[in-house]
Amino acid sequence: MTQAVATHEPPRSFIRRYIFSTDHKVIGLQYLFLAMAAVTIGIVLSIYMRLRLAWPTERWPLLAKLFPQAMAGGTISPEFYLSLVTMHGTIMIFFVLTTAPLGGFGNYFLPIQVGAHDMAFPVLNMLSFWVTLAGFLVLLAAFFVSGGAPISGWTAYAPLSAVGEIAGPGLGMGQNLWIVSIALFCIASLLGALNFITTTLNLRTKGMSMTRLPLTVWAWFTTAVLALLAFPVLLAGGILLLLDRVAGTSFFIPEGLIVSDKILPHKGGSPLLWQHLFWFFGHPEVYIAILPGMGITSHVLSTFARKPIFGYRAMVAAIFAIGLLGFLVWGHHMFVSGMSPYSAIAFSLLTLSIGVPSAIKTFNWLATLYKAQIRFTVPMLFALGFVSIFVTGGLSGIILGQTSLDIPMHDTYFVVAHFHLIMGVAAIFGIFAGTYYWFPKMFGRMMNDALGKLHFWLTFIGVYAIFIPMHILGIAGHPRRYAETAGFDFLAPLQPIHVFITIAALITAAAQLLFFFNFFWSIWKGRRAEINPWRATTLEWTIPSPPPHDNFGPQVPVVHHGPYEYSVPGAAEDYILQTAPPTAVKS
Amino acid sequence: MAKTIPSLADIETITIGSRPPGRPDDGGRGGEQRPPGLPEGGYRLAMLFALASISMLFLGFTSAYIVRQGLGEDWRPFSPPSILWANTALLLISSATLHRARSLLRREAIRESLRWLSITTLLGLLFLAGQYEAWRRLAAQGIYLSTNPHSSFFYLLTAAHGAHLLGGLLALAYLTWRGWRRQLLLMGTPDHLKRYGALVGTVALYWHFMDGLWVYLFILLFLWR
Ligand code: HEM
Ligand SMILES: [Cu+2]
Repeated sequence: MTQAVATHEPPRSFIRRYIFSTDHKVIGLQYLFLAMAAVTIGIVLSIYMRLRLAWPTERWPLLAKLFPQAMAGGTISPEFYLSLVTMHGTIMIFFVLTTAPLGGFGNYFLPIQVGAHDMAFPVLNMLSFWVTLAGFLVLLAAFFVSGGAPISGWTAYAPLSAVGEIAGPGLGMGQNLWIVSIALFCIASLLGALNFITTTLNLRTKGMSMTRLPLTVWAWFTTAVLALLAFPVLLAGGILLLLDRVAGTSFFIPEGLIVSDKILPHKGGSPLLWQHLFWFFGHPEVYIAILPGMGITSHVLSTFARKPIFGYRAMVAAIFAIGLLGFLVWGHHMFVSGMSPYSAIAFSLLTLSIGVPSAIKTFNWLATLYKAQIRFTVPMLFALGFVSIFVTGGLSGIILGQTSLDIPMHDTYFVVAHFHLIMGVAAIFGIFAGTYYWFPKMFGRMMNDALGKLHFWLTFIGVYAIFIPMHILGIAGHPRRYAETAGFDFLAPLQPIHVFITIAALITAAAQLLFFFNFFWSIWKGRRAEINPWRATTLEWTIPSPPPHDNFGPQVPVVHHGPYEYSVPGAAEDYILQTAPPTAVKS
Repeated sequence: MAKTIPSLADIETITIGSRPPGRPDDGGRGGEQRPPGLPEGGYRLAMLFALASISMLFLGFTSAYIVRQGLGEDWRPFSPPSILWANTALLLISSATLHRARSLLRREAIRESLRWLSITTLLGLLFLAGQYEAWRRLAAQGIYLSTNPHSSFFYLLTAAHGAHLLGGLLALAYLTWRGWRRQLLLMGTPDHLKRYGALVGTVALYWHFMDGLWVYLFILLFLWR
């Protein structure tokens, strides 16, 4: 803490420079690569699940090589299927969707976009990454301990998650590791959030007033506030859960619970208490995953529409409204928990009211595009894809937000479709948009355009092919988290849909290889990028690519313009850098 | 009117070359000199946000406490071991001594200030020892973590508070140690003193908060029914 902003000489040794670095750019890349490793594992796990669902009786000796014990005989048992569900969900939500957009891009670009030389607390920043990595390794370790990975899902509902081994495989050591991993993740996120907030409020350069912040910065800032207030509650829940498991307390375990023909000694706890604590965190968490994507989308849309973002202040207000409402709606995950119908109505109304700021954002995006000379670059395609998918996923949210519709639909594939589209896919599209957009800045080279477009179209069509049919499964009453439909007559006719989804998923997953190839190939072989290849306005485009260790050199930039001054009448070019002198055009 | 607006080719000169004199824009600081560090107020601000986060942790525990209390017939509160009153007094006094240390520091009475800082550190240490003693006495009465939900919460909340207080204690001890070692430096240069004062102020904010948090927890656990 003593040295707020580190010295600006780059460290000499390899280890201080690339491994235990305090440079926000290196840390950002570390987060991005961590997310890439995590998403690869997450996708592989999902392929295992999809194969099991489409062809439940097949043997997969080759796939069993990865999990020789859990898949003895080459098949995926229903229990192992649940382990896969848990690990897939946990890895994706925490270590991909929270890590890449905030830890990755936020770390790399927030300080540059506000004109700072680094984060406010570089050492905390470094710690934040290493604690996240430790959390990830602890989580993966769950696969390798006796009993394997937990089967209680990413929501770890009690009492299943609380009573220990006796309730099923993975609920012993595996579940403990899961809790420790999440606790580490919480702590790391808090350190990170503190940095984002302080940097935004305190290290803005001269002229960078709050109303000149790019919308990306507003999104990261709000996300950090959400993280700061939501993660401690999950941490509290996690500590209580761990105590129930290892110290014999009864916070979440009710009296007289019989598991595997044994009466448990615990008494008096409440499983619903866990649900409240979890979802009080869980709903803000879904916005932690999506808000940075919204910021990136706004930023990219404006850049390639060559128009100012429509309604800048409304956009900022909408981000805040979404963040605030996000803390008041957790009950919509618990409509079937037996809550009083009056609270259900309150939660329902509050939930539906999130549609208002969401719609404001959507209409502002559309208005930005209206009559624009759109440049269909790859980042632009992904930003447009984000809007499309956000709308699709939001519509099913409005359906689920109504108690009467949610009660039959809860815990079916309809919910799976909803949250994959709006949280999973939309956030991933935001990440892709950010990657294609900032790659030239981060690596000094361009990604291949044709490959990128192919990647976009395959992915865009692929995700719709995967997730639209899931709505139908859900409406037909197909429960989620079931490994197979055998034994349920009403589900048997749905099997072809499962096969279709699996094939679509295989193709979509294969298409991601295009991205990985493009990414790594372009790092070394891509066309060299200019300083400002997209002719954009914000501060990162005024410095070399990749930026030097201290971003701006000895000079501190002075800002004279808003972040989205595109196609200003009377200007010589169709964009005005934020640092351009305040001449001639509006000040 | 329409003066030339920079094109791509001009970017180099605009960003690296000499800069036009900036208008007195609003917003952050910065400008022509070397990059500014975090302003002193920045520590305070960061600490306020950290405290908001810590509040959420204990709010989470509190809501669990209230829900759990409302649930069971197995809720059997015990009355506070008498040593807790003494501990509470110690902690309250430590806030006062810290306050004294800070006002002395502001008046640049460095030695006296450091003396009061040391006393504060010592009181914090005594508080933690006292908390540990309270645990031992309860255990001697057969009241453990899993005995009943009230005792679970007692151990949990005191441990969580103790861990946070320990963090503050370490920071305080470090600052005190640094103060004694560098007191000549502190006397010499107002800059160092200002910075040191800002750090002490930030830790003090944390310490007073921990003090208040303890009073809150004490009321929650033993006085509030
Ligand atoms: C208009 C906006 C939205 C509404 C009205 C809405 C409503 C709902 C409702 C009612 C549920 C519970 C369904 C059930 O379990 O029965 C749900 C689940 C979920 N939503 Fe949304 N949602 C909205 C936007 C979002 C956004 C923006 C995200 C993420 C970025 C998101 C992510 C999720 C997730 C992850 C779940 C399922 C969690 C689980 O059970 O595992 N939702 N949503
Ligand atoms: Cu929700």
